[in-house]
Parts: sequence; structure tokens; C-alpha cells
Amino acid sequence: MPSVIVLLAWMIVPLVMTVWFSFQYYNLVNPEAAGFAGLDNYEFLVTDPDFWAALTNTVILLGSVLVITVGFGTLLAVLFDQPFPGRNIARLLAISPFFVMPTVSALVWKNLLMHPIYGVLSVAMRAVGLEPVDWFAQYPLASVIAIVSWEWLPFALLILLTAVQSLDHEQREAARMDGAGAIAQFFFLTLPHLSRAIGVVVMIETIFLLTVFAEIFVTTSGGPGNASTNLAFLIYARALLQYDIGGASAGGVVAIVLANIVAFFLVRSIARRLEV
Amino acid sequence: MATLTLRDLRKNYGPMEVIKGVSLDVADRELVVFVGPSGCGKSTLLRMIAGLEAITAGELQIDGQRVNELGPADRGLAMVFQSYALYPHMTVRQNMGFALRLARVPRAERDRKVDEAARILQLEPYLDRRPKDLSGGQRQRVAIGRAIVRQPRVFLFDEPLSNLDAALRGQMRIELSRLHEELNATMIYVTHDQVEAMTLADKIVVLQAGRVEQVGSPLDLYHRPENLFVAGFIGSPQMNMLPATVQEAGPSGLAVALASGTRIVAPVAAGSANQGDSVTLGIRPEGLRLDPDGPIGGEVRLAERLGGLTLLHVTIEDGRQVTVQIEGSDLTRPHETVRLSVNPVACHVFDQSGRAFTHLLKHSLAA
Ligand SMILES: Nc1ncnc2c1ncn2[C@@H]1O[C@H](COP(=O)(O)OP(=O)(O)OP(=O)(O)O)[C@@H](O)[C@H]1O
Ligand SMILES: [Mg+2]
Repeated sequence: MPSVIVLLAWMIVPLVMTVWFSFQYYNLVNPEAAGFAGLDNYEFLVTDPDFWAALTNTVILLGSVLVITVGFGTLLAVLFDQPFPGRNIARLLAISPFFVMPTVSALVWKNLLMHPIYGVLSVAMRAVGLEPVDWFAQYPLASVIAIVSWEWLPFALLILLTAVQSLDHEQREAARMDGAGAIAQFFFLTLPHLSRAIGVVVMIETIFLLTVFAEIFVTTSGGPGNASTNLAFLIYARALLQYDIGGASAGGVVAIVLANIVAFFLVRSIARRLEV
Repeated sequence: MATLTLRDLRKNYGPMEVIKGVSLDVADRELVVFVGPSGCGKSTLLRMIAGLEAITAGELQIDGQRVNELGPADRGLAMVFQSYALYPHMTVRQNMGFALRLARVPRAERDRKVDEAARILQLEPYLDRRPKDLSGGQRQRVAIGRAIVRQPRVFLFDEPLSNLDAALRGQMRIELSRLHEELNATMIYVTHDQVEAMTLADKIVVLQAGRVEQVGSPLDLYHRPENLFVAGFIGSPQMNMLPATVQEAGPSGLAVALASGTRIVAPVAAGSANQGDSVTLGIRPEGLRLDPDGPIGGEVRLAERLGGLTLLHVTIEDGRQVTVQIEGSDLTRPHETVRLSVNPVACHVFDQSGRAFTHLLKHSLAA
């Protein structure tokens, strides 16, 4: 019992404090302007174009990474399920990005791959006579999406590959006897069989993707402008760059609400699928 | 409306030969059963016929056409798997209609065929359920229904009843017989269950280690086994095998002596047997009778009373154990000494290589 209370306190106290601060004027560089703010922080937030941009970016980032990782993850899982020489090594290589820290992988992408002068991509493009692109300046959000997808693809692949391998091979043979080619087998057997695993991948990734931070911090710092700022980065910027704890807390509350809404729908749809 | 011909079929997995040259003719509307011990290659052979395994060598013909190179869907066969292999996320109706859907059969016709199959299999109340909401027997019927709907040239079954309990198995066995009659279809059926093989088959193929040991009607195999393996494999309880020595060859049969010296005359052609050769005398359990004047003496070890049948396990004079099957409820008790006589018709003699000597008596039921 006491442990449960400690645990509860440990979870509740920061939450309550966040909510509390979100109703206070609380700026670190301006201690005089303290006191109850009512909904001012929220009003300030929703009227701030940065907030809406961040919200949109968060959703775009989440949606794109989910589509990319689940799409390619499924495709690769099916491919890696076929026997071919060197399959085990290929699997290992495909899984390995998962073990790289987000900060490190972001640095690798920034400096080795996408750097406008030294990056492998620009070198390759110059080699074929194309004008290299400054990825983080011209396509900041897309670049972040690429990095985050690269980090999460192995996770999706791992879960989906396990699921593909658990498909009963007699079912596949029955489908072959029924006249199903590779494509029909994929849509009528593999995909329905994977639906539960896809649900799990989507749910877990969503929880982490709503809070992507290191990749943005290391590469674009949310810029240029607010082009690659998501909610997590906006909160950080408000709190530690503008010292506005009240505003940051309001953003945090919005993020919590958003995460809960998404989680609610996901859990419901997955729970329904588990029943089937 | 289909015949099947296997010409010296072979299958290798790497350097290991699993099917070592199987030749067989399956006539139209015949129900052929493959039996054999575990690992003998029954499933492999069936899957080669189905097109799920490539044929290493030899030729497979359906209706006289070579089909080695055709894919499983193009051979016009349907298979019922041991695990049923139903598609879990589809309803019974969708499961049964899947092949037709892939073949772009119009919906109305598809539904008509599924309904027809459901009627034959008494599955109508379950058409909108998913497989997990069905009992084992019902799933089995759906798997059969999925095969029927396609109107295949040949039905293939791989141990379809082995996941069912004994009572249901008996029921499904009768159902399959009825289905075979009703559909007038050619069927190949793999099992390691004797009773299924004996009761269902028009023709049994006994396989061992990738080779055909004998092909024949169930009673053929029972009464005229060509070798020791078939004699021991077919029949339950097993045939009694006793080592013996040839004493003399006469026109009425071969006289052999058991280790105890007991002389028994078996009505088989002597062939190349010489006096003094070691042979094996095989006697079916129902070929032994309790008889106070019988030539073989022994002591009852165990009596199994099944009601309609009694099985006595008797240790005879040379120390061997034999099984005696008696009609009705016999009251002989363990540890009683008994004497046994032998019905010559149920006697078989095998030479040292295991080949049977030809029987002189024509069996009334065997072909
Ligand atoms: N993919 C494979 N690779 C190598 N060997 C195999 C393969 N499939 C089967 N075998 C071998 O082929 C032999 C025959 O197997 P098969 O499955 O046909 O036996 P079976 O007669 O059906 O046995 P059971 O009654 O146990 O089902 C076995 O010795 C098995 O080990
Ligand atoms: Mg088998």
C-alpha cells in the first residue's frame, strides 16, 4: 500500500504542478509579474501562430513516420521472411539502427549524410552533376521525418517480422491451392494476420513520436523559423529560451491532452481488433 | 472424373532421398489410402501430387496429362490439411468461397456453390461464423467444404481426422465414406490409422521409407500380405510372428517346426524352400483357437475382455508371446494353462528376406 501511494504521488505531483503553473504568470526573468493568470496562458498559446504550427508539425511528423515505418516495415518483413542467402546478416543489419542513440543518429545524418558540403548525399549528387541540396534548410521537416523514420523502422520491422513468421504455413499452402498468387496471399492472408502487430507498432510508436526532441534539437533547432518545431520542442523553447514557465506548462497540458486523445482512440481500436 | 498416374516419382531434400521411386495408378472415383509408419514419406508424396513440393524425378499425370510443371492451383486438385488451415479472419462462407473469389466467379454463382456445399456438410447454421467459433468437427467440415466448392478433379487429404477425438473420428469417417459416394470423386487419403485405412479405402498403398511395400484392397493386404512389413503393419492386434524351421515341402503346403518342436503345416507353395531353412511363421490372432487337443501349449498371461471380443496373451512353450483373439466373452483366467490349435488359412510363411510364400488357398474375400 505505501508503495502504491508513493508511486501515485510520483506520477501525480508533476502533473498537478504542470496544471497549476499553466494557470499562473510565471516568468523566470520577470519575477514581479506573478500571480493567478486564469486562462491567459492558454489564450496566449492558442493565439500564438507558433503553437498551431507546432501542433501541425507534430501531427505531420507522427503521421508520416507511422506510414513510412509501417509501410516499409511490412514490406521488409515479408521480404526477410523469404529464404535467401545471407538472410541472417541482412536481418541483423536492418535491425541495428534501433540500437543507436537518437542524438548520435541525428548527428550522423546531419554531418555525414545530409551536410550540404561534406554529406554523402551531396557528394553523390555532385558526382552526377546535380546541385546539392541543403536538406535542413530547404526541407527541414522532411529531413527530421527521414531521420526519425530511419530510427523507428527497425522496431517496426522486428515486431512485424516476428508476426509474419508466426503465420501458419499450412494456411499459406491452402491459399496456394486455392489459387492465390504472391499478391493475393499478401492482401488476404499476410496483412490480416499482421493487423494486430501493426496496431501494436502504431500504438508504441505514437507514444514516442509525440515527444520527438533530440533529433530536432541536434539538427534544425526547430527552424528555420518554426518549420520543424513540434510541441515538445516548443515547450522547451518557451521554458528555457524564453523563461516562460506558465506558457510552457500550458503547452505541456495540451500535449498531455493530445497524447491521451490519441491513446484513447488507439487503445479502443486495438482492443476491438484483439477481440476478433 | 479423373485418373492419376505416378511414374517412378522421386524426391530429394539435398542429398537425402525421401521418396525413392513410387509408381501407382489411381483409377477414376477410387479412394486410395496411403499408410505407413511416421516419417515414411506419406505427406511428402501427397504434397508432390498437390504441387506444393517440386518433383525431383519421375512423372505425374492427371487424366493422362503430365502436370509436373503445373502450379498447385492449376492442377485442379483440392487439399484438406491436418491443421484444417482455415483462414482465421474470414467467415465460414468466405473461407469456402475464397478460391472462387480468386477465380473471379460471379457472386451469385459463388454463393450458390457455397450453399450447396454447406448443405451437403450440414454447415448452414454456421456460414457467418469465424473458424474460432466452431468446434473441431465443424472446422474439419469447413475445410472439406472449401475443397468441395472448387469441384476438384482429385481430393487430397492429409491425416484430416487426427486432431479429432475418437468418437468424432468414427463419425467423420462414416461421413467421408458417404461423401465419397455422393461426390463420385477420386480421393487420396493419408493416414497412419489402420482403422481409417481399412474402412475407407478402395485401395491401400503401404509405404515404408519412401518405397511402396504393397498395393491392394484392404482385405487383400490383410489376407495376402506380400512381406513381413505389410503383414505386421496391417491388422490390429498385430499378426503373431514366430521363428520356425522348414521340415518338408509337400503338395498341401510347407511343414515347419517351431522352436519348441511343434510341427505346423501351412498351406503355402514351397517355392525354393529347402529343409532346414529358417523362416518366420505368421499367424493372425483370430487364427489361433483354444483347443484341448491343439499342438501348441502355453500359459495365459493376460486376458483383455472387450465384450464382443476377448484377447488372450499367451506365453507358448518356446517362451514367445502370442495373442489369441476369441469371439465373445471367454472366461479363461490368467495363469491357466491352455492348448491352442491353428487355422491353416490364417497362416503365412515368410523367408529370411521377409518375402511371403504364395498361399495355396484362394481367399474368398481377397481379390
Ligand atoms: N523440408 C524437408 N527437408 C528435409 N527433409 C524433409 C523435409 N520434409 C520432410 N522431410 C523428411 O522426409 C521424410 C518424410 O516426411 P513426411 O512428412 O512425408 O513423413 P510422413 O510419412 O508424412 O510422416 P507422419 O506420419 O509423421 O506425418 C522424413 O524423414 C522427413 O524428415
Ligand atoms: Mg505427414
